Amino acid sequence: MASVDIVGVRKAFGHVEVVHGVDVTINDGEFVILVGPSGCGKTTLLRMLAGLENVTSGEIRIGGRVVNNLPPKLRDIAMVFQNYALYPHLTVGQNMGFSLKLKKAPLSEIAARVAKAADILGLQSLLERYPRQLSGGQRQRVAMGRAIVRDPQVFLFDEPLSNLDAKLRVAMRAEIKELHRRLATTTVYVTHDQIEAMTMADKIVVMHNGLVEQIGAPLELYDRPANQFVAGFIGSPAMNFLKGTLNVIGGVPNLTLADGARVPLVKAPFSSDGRPLILGVRPENLLVAAEGLEAEVGVVEPMGSETQIAVKAGGHALICLIRDRLMPKTGDMLRLLPEPAHVHFFEADSGRRIEAS
Amino acid sequence: MTSLAQSPSAKSASVRAPGAAARLMAHRDWLGFWFMLPAALILISLLVYPLGLGVWLSFTNATIGDPGKFVGLDNYSWILGDATFLHSIVFTLAYTLIASSIKFALGLYLALLLNKRLPFKALVRSIILIPFVVPTVLSAIAFWWIFDAQFSIISWSLIKLGLISHNIDFLGDPMLARACVIFANIWRGVPFVAITLLAGLQTVSPSLYEAATIDGATPWQNFRFITYPLLTPIIAVVMTFSVLFTFTDFQLIWVMTRGGPVNSTHLMTTLSYQRAIIGGSLGEGAAISTSMIPFLLAAILFSWFGLQRRKWQQGGQA
Repeated sequence: MASVDIVGVRKAFGHVEVVHGVDVTINDGEFVILVGPSGCGKTTLLRMLAGLENVTSGEIRIGGRVVNNLPPKLRDIAMVFQNYALYPHLTVGQNMGFSLKLKKAPLSEIAARVAKAADILGLQSLLERYPRQLSGGQRQRVAMGRAIVRDPQVFLFDEPLSNLDAKLRVAMRAEIKELHRRLATTTVYVTHDQIEAMTMADKIVVMHNGLVEQIGAPLELYDRPANQFVAGFIGSPAMNFLKGTLNVIGGVPNLTLADGARVPLVKAPFSSDGRPLILGVRPENLLVAAEGLEAEVGVVEPMGSETQIAVKAGGHALICLIRDRLMPKTGDMLRLLPEPAHVHFFEADSGRRIEAS
Repeated sequence: MTSLAQSPSAKSASVRAPGAAARLMAHRDWLGFWFMLPAALILISLLVYPLGLGVWLSFTNATIGDPGKFVGLDNYSWILGDATFLHSIVFTLAYTLIASSIKFALGLYLALLLNKRLPFKALVRSIILIPFVVPTVLSAIAFWWIFDAQFSIISWSLIKLGLISHNIDFLGDPMLARACVIFANIWRGVPFVAITLLAGLQTVSPSLYEAATIDGATPWQNFRFITYPLLTPIIAVVMTFSVLFTFTDFQLIWVMTRGGPVNSTHLMTTLSYQRAIIGGSLGEGAAISTSMIPFLLAAILFSWFGLQRRKWQQGGQA
């Protein structure tokens, strides 16, 4: 086990820089998830950690040791690939013991360590099978077994669940989290799925366009997103944004939308009139009320425990999530009011979070 | 269950039973046979029949202009006592073994090289294919000139460099001539091996190498434990073809040496041609050709076992 420090890391392929100076500190035993849309540089960052890509500038330290120029095998890391990368010509047991075989470990030791890993993952009965004979979930487990056998300082996961079906993904999510609880090995996990990030991580690193947007615990990111990107990326369905200007009318702050519609606010980030502002409100915090923003109902999606309603209001497409058994019809008019305690404000130009005073 | 089993018979009772031929035309199991028939006819008329004719010829004393009579194994007992024939077997085997091994080694090396990130890769790839694209007779003629006793560019260069004083008689000395024809065969055969193995290499997922590298594999171990085992099926195919092509080579030898000097570079094919067509002894030539069949069958059987699907290639649940 070890801590991982990523300090001012940049990566360029030729003239194209894809990671623009990233700083992340990962504590010993922590489960950190790098999340972001595709092309944000998260996988490149992970591959630099693994030693599969060179670091253009900056420093990567594993357990305090600078590993920039160390080959992968000397970094004491293990990686689980998106496509599992199981050796098709080796059995499950041979796949898991491959790294030890390369190290010329005694056969008895290889067998013992493979058996132990197989025990942890419930693979005992599959050790003689070939990867082709396994289901997706089993292959995924073998790939993890191969990592566990090595007993590394750091586990690296590269979108390990994206090739599994939805149900299996949920099951494996819990399994990986449980595995981390048992082994307590520092883990860096890359995904584009914010739900995976929210449910599994101790700490989430949100990346976008080669930069870190925000680092924090899952609920910290959910409750206090640092900017509009994080606010929109974390949470499903995504946060609604209303763009308008701030006006105080009769002592009450209002957000005036482009078409003149007004959203009354309880508190405002600043007192001055006429400033452009973005209001963010999560679908579950957009309440159906007697007064408020007039909205036309679009698609209604009942999901049993809650109902998702797509509406159009003030030139914005919004999503509203309600727990009441309210079943409006397409074309109905509703009045929506953001819950005052759960609104977020962002600067209109930079998208940065503004605290309401 | 009962009603299901009965329904077809009930149907055939009410509808008039079609004739046997019509049923044969429509039956699923026979349908495959009908589809195979045209291909089978072509193979039988163009391959099996001439081959049978050739084997039959080897049991006769036919000459050009004379269909000959059945003479049993006379031709075979005669050629088995013929030192030139025995020598041609030895040389054919040596030619095949040496050329195929070197073609394999060089081809694999080139394939591995071309599989790396390389500047001008497309250009290099096309250049490597040139020997394969040039008609064999043309390249054989070029080699003939390169190894010519008087005008050899190799001799000329070496003389100009002051390394030798006389022209080397490449195709006049038996050992040198053998080496020269083997060299020409390798030159011609390497591209096929290289390009085919390259195609095989490209089917290996790069993430396997990355996984192995993280597992601690050196480049050699990457090759030994990942590339080589995953490439064995395609190696078996390529080398079978390579061995068959080399064993039955004719054009290179015929253009460069015609089996000379003193029959030292005769392959079984060239000897057969010389005896049957040039010499007119069709029966004897056919016997020499037919003698190649056991060797070729052995090569095919060898690769057939090599080509057996390995356990890891089989899908499904065990």
